[in-house]
Amino acid sequence: MLEGSLMLSLQNVSKVFKTGTFGGAAVTAVSDVSFDIRPGEIVSLIGESGSGKTTVGRMILRLTTATGGSITFGGQDVATLGRRELHGYYGRVQGVFQDPFSSYNPVFKVDRIFEMVRNAYLPGLTRAEWSMRRQRALEDVGLEPADVLGKFPHQLSGGQLQRLLISRALIIDIEILVADEIISMLDASTRIDVLNILGDLKERGLGVLFVTHDLALGNYLSDRVVILQRGRVVEMGPTPKVFSNPVHPYTRMLLACVPQLTSKWEETPRAFDEAAAPVTLQLVDDDHYVER
Amino acid sequence: MSLAVDNLRVYYRTLKGDVQALDGVTFTVADGEIMGLAGESGCGKTTLGKSLIRLDGRMQHIEGTVSLDGEELPIGDDRAMNAFRFRKVSIVPQYAMSALNPIRKVGRMISELLDARGVSYDQTRPELSRRLALVGLDDGVLERYPIELSGGQKQRVVMVLSTLLNPSLLIADELTSALDVSTQKAVAEMLVEFRDRAFVKSTIVITHDLSILYQIADTILVMYAGKLVEKGPAADLTTDPRHPYTKLLIGSLPEVGVRMSEKRLEGISGRPPSLLNPPSGCRFRDRCPLAFEKCVEEPPFVEIAPGRFAACWKAA
Repeated sequence: MLEGSLMLSLQNVSKVFKTGTFGGAAVTAVSDVSFDIRPGEIVSLIGESGSGKTTVGRMILRLTTATGGSITFGGQDVATLGRRELHGYYGRVQGVFQDPFSSYNPVFKVDRIFEMVRNAYLPGLTRAEWSMRRQRALEDVGLEPADVLGKFPHQLSGGQLQRLLISRALIIDIEILVADEIISMLDASTRIDVLNILGDLKERGLGVLFVTHDLALGNYLSDRVVILQRGRVVEMGPTPKVFSNPVHPYTRMLLACVPQLTSKWEETPRAFDEAAAPVTLQLVDDDHYVER
Repeated sequence: MSLAVDNLRVYYRTLKGDVQALDGVTFTVADGEIMGLAGESGCGKTTLGKSLIRLDGRMQHIEGTVSLDGEELPIGDDRAMNAFRFRKVSIVPQYAMSALNPIRKVGRMISELLDARGVSYDQTRPELSRRLALVGLDDGVLERYPIELSGGQKQRVVMVLSTLLNPSLLIADELTSALDVSTQKAVAEMLVEFRDRAFVKSTIVITHDLSILYQIADTILVMYAGKLVEKGPAADLTTDPRHPYTKLLIGSLPEVGVRMSEKRLEGISGRPPSLLNPPSGCRFRDRCPLAFEKCVEEPPFVEIAPGRFAACWKAA
């Protein structure tokens, strides 16, 4: 089992995809990314499509392997986990993804996602213990068990399905949750409920990697932000610092493009140079790093 | 008066009965107006947009009329509507990115579409190039397959194509929802530019994102459970919402700068009612913090101040 300080740590992580008929061409999706997620901390990973943010989440969940650098959890390299250790890892690190509708098998009732977790991780529980635990996990995400259990996925709303997936992850007392664009398919009125749930879970010690392209949401929720552009971290630091004083032009451009209800868009030039010169992160302020 | 919709009712036929997705809506859109249509999923906003151009097989026109530039649209008659589609009324469908034929090059597809409407591709070609250039695409895209274009590029191609015959009314359904913030801004601003250049007369922008509408729309119409809730100028409606539903909807939007640790926003508790057998009276009353006895009667959608309409007993 994994012991020690249960921090998830990425060190110089890279991912190169081979493309082309014989794998001759290479696309660097993620390049030299380093950051940590501590218990009780929400880290927002912000970037546009193609920035590699989803790939980072998938590497943490070992759905794909890193081609460079290391991802460690509690000091142990995730890439070297064997089958049995991986099972233990998934008992502590779980993911929830963008499309709640395609996360379920439409043929089965939604209860099945809980049963699968029970078989894999909690086979020793009595029926009463299990049902208590499921009840508590559902209440944690603001769902009334009678409203959702025994239903098919098409009978529930996207917000309910997404909350069910979070509660499925919580039922086994995970420590890190990778939440990849989990609210982009939800309505504004249910979006905020799901965000608040993540915030409450953080108070209880859950570490969350919140992957999003929406800066307003990232700012609302997170303690730290990591801004990713074309696979590289261009700015990172504590959320209030980065948002009150965005230093990198890309961060500024993103912030200027967020539609707001209080101010109109300004004329902003859409100019980002495509040159991918090697860069380093420099400290501009206490704990606030920017690519130079 | 460009578009006038009067008491339009469109139901979906299902095995369990009629889903009353659009239940008596009346509104107008002026020439040159960009009207935003907002609401949660399942509120009937997409049904309304589709009703104005094409009812699919399950949709049934119950009553009500739609007129465009003083001429009544035969919306219940699929064949008769053909004369209006593309020329007078055009739509950028939801998931426009997958609306392009994957086995045709973009140029060939456009030429076939124009052909079907009896318009010469060769004569339209210079204007097509001009408009593609306007949205930052070169003629090269015409020689490409849709799979070779990015999401934002496809979105722009569909925009240019839909408006090529200068329709009176453009319906843009969730045009910006799947895009990144920077592309979203560019595409949204394109809608305004197309209106300014008179490529389209009036536009209905359907989205669940009120903050986008505040940026580009002249007026906003909010729907809830198949009914109209509130309409008003975009700036007034967002700063001073009169209907409790609009208020709660705006209250649930995080702005840049708002942090959960400082100000916890709340969503709207409960769920919209089933439209199979919708409750009588105000449809929002189960979730409404202001509900009182009178809400069992349905509030009319009336003008409560100049240019401001709302359907709420307490909004006056």
